[in-house]
Amino acid sequence: MARMKFLCDADRCIECQACVTACKNEHEVPWGINRRRVVTINDGLPGERSVSMACMHCTDAPCATVCPVACFYTTDDAVVLHNKDTCIGCGYCSYACPFGAPQYPQMANFGTRGKMDKCTYCSGGPEPDMSAAEYQKYGSNRLAEGKLPLCAEMCSTKALLAGDSEIIAEIYRERVVTRGYGSGAWGWRTAYGDTIAV
Amino acid sequence: MTRLFPRLTLGLGTLAASAPMAFAQVNPTADSVREDALMQALQSGQAVTGRITIPDPNAAVLIDPGGRDWAITHSGTLFWITIVAILGMLALLVVFYLVRGRIRIDSGFSGRKILRFTMLERFAHWLLAFSFIILALTGLNLILGRALLLPLIGEGAFGTLSAWGKIAHNYLAWPFMLALVMVFLLWVVHNIPGRLDWIWLKQAGGLFHKGVHPPAKKFNAGQKLIFWSVIIGGALLSWSGIMLLFPGEVGSAGEWQFYQVMHAVVAAVMIAVVLAHIYIGSVGMEGAFDAMGNGEVDENWAREHHSLWVEERMSGKTTPKEERGPTATPAE
Repeated sequence: MARMKFLCDADRCIECQACVTACKNEHEVPWGINRRRVVTINDGLPGERSVSMACMHCTDAPCATVCPVACFYTTDDAVVLHNKDTCIGCGYCSYACPFGAPQYPQMANFGTRGKMDKCTYCSGGPEPDMSAAEYQKYGSNRLAEGKLPLCAEMCSTKALLAGDSEIIAEIYRERVVTRGYGSGAWGWRTAYGDTIAV
Repeated sequence: MTRLFPRLTLGLGTLAASAPMAFAQVNPTADSVREDALMQALQSGQAVTGRITIPDPNAAVLIDPGGRDWAITHSGTLFWITIVAILGMLALLVVFYLVRGRIRIDSGFSGRKILRFTMLERFAHWLLAFSFIILALTGLNLILGRALLLPLIGEGAFGTLSAWGKIAHNYLAWPFMLALVMVFLLWVVHNIPGRLDWIWLKQAGGLFHKGVHPPAKKFNAGQKLIFWSVIIGGALLSWSGIMLLFPGEVGSAGEWQFYQVMHAVVAAVMIAVVLAHIYIGSVGMEGAFDAMGNGEVDENWAREHHSLWVEERMSGKTTPKEERGPTATPAE
């Protein structure tokens, strides 16, 4: 089985925000929720880099560790998904997540948040694949259609890579060797406990 | 820069002599930010932060490895602190019961009653008690429920229960805080520590010796300890709880995590303290429950446990309002 991961090659990212837009459109994500975002480090300074970040689908995901109702599960493709029917919107996962992935549709009285929403790696939720219920709660299920996440698929500079860990790591390693530099596989150390040795 | 070369050279060691040439001709961004350099510069618990276009400053935090540490603390340390606090106190109480048994009224029931707590005092006490019990159970559910309750009742029922539990926890916090303030205002004058408390503590309140009854006013030193732990613990729970209730008011994720850990640890201690309080106020001591039950205690019980208070009452110094009414129990 594949071990699906995201990898953002920050030396290629041009901060066009197309991944953000594609994600919102593909999954009909409501206002105020950003499953993916682009963060610019050292903005305006020499060596500025932009990184597209979403749920990294961690190994030993901390969100799953803290969830009081155990609503998270990991698929055969190592994608971390959650069950919105069980979620109580307590917000613990958002404080455990190193990447700011969990999002909430509201911030009402006494911190009432509503059901958590996050990147599904375009692979839906516990409902039957490509069902209307699944789309309504989690968005489209591209993995079930044999496609990769849309954010990475439409990235104009191919900065954002999605796919099996070994394959995307090899692509990145070749790039770094060829061009002679690379700012690192952002988040890999925190998400998976290792990084890509180049 | 200094870190860049040894690292890359190590990785490319097998690529022989062509590799150093690559560095010489390219690398237009020699001083570009590198994840590993940033992560090492910012010690653990810190975050890698940049600029973001969405109007949420928290979204500018790119990577915050501290979240993982808190996750381990929450599901490991806090889980075990809670279990040890509760089981430890229950074990102590069982041992105490086996050794000392139920503390009886040495001179038996006199049949004469003295009003100990007015309606207002009892209302404040029970408002505090019932809100605390529900807050404790729903709070424990967040720490222990996943391990203990979920396997018993299944995911659906547990999810529904926890969702209601969260709502109950959020809203019952307010009556709890109201009752805490009431209890403080009603009883603080009777809970100022004094010389008598030292004597009481030296004799361990007679808890371990039959027939030993150190003098005490309205509250003895043990009750004062309960009072101040409830007031201080309750205040800490209220303060950290308010911070958790309004996460928008709390600054960073790290601060929220601090309040969550504080809330859980104080709650575990408070649950243990209150378990002891419940025990001694019910099964543990004959005649004690009446004080908060209908408010009237047996005179002999009062003479044994609150001798000075009874003397004060008998000499008419402090007469609660209720007793003056037509339904008051005669003193004799």
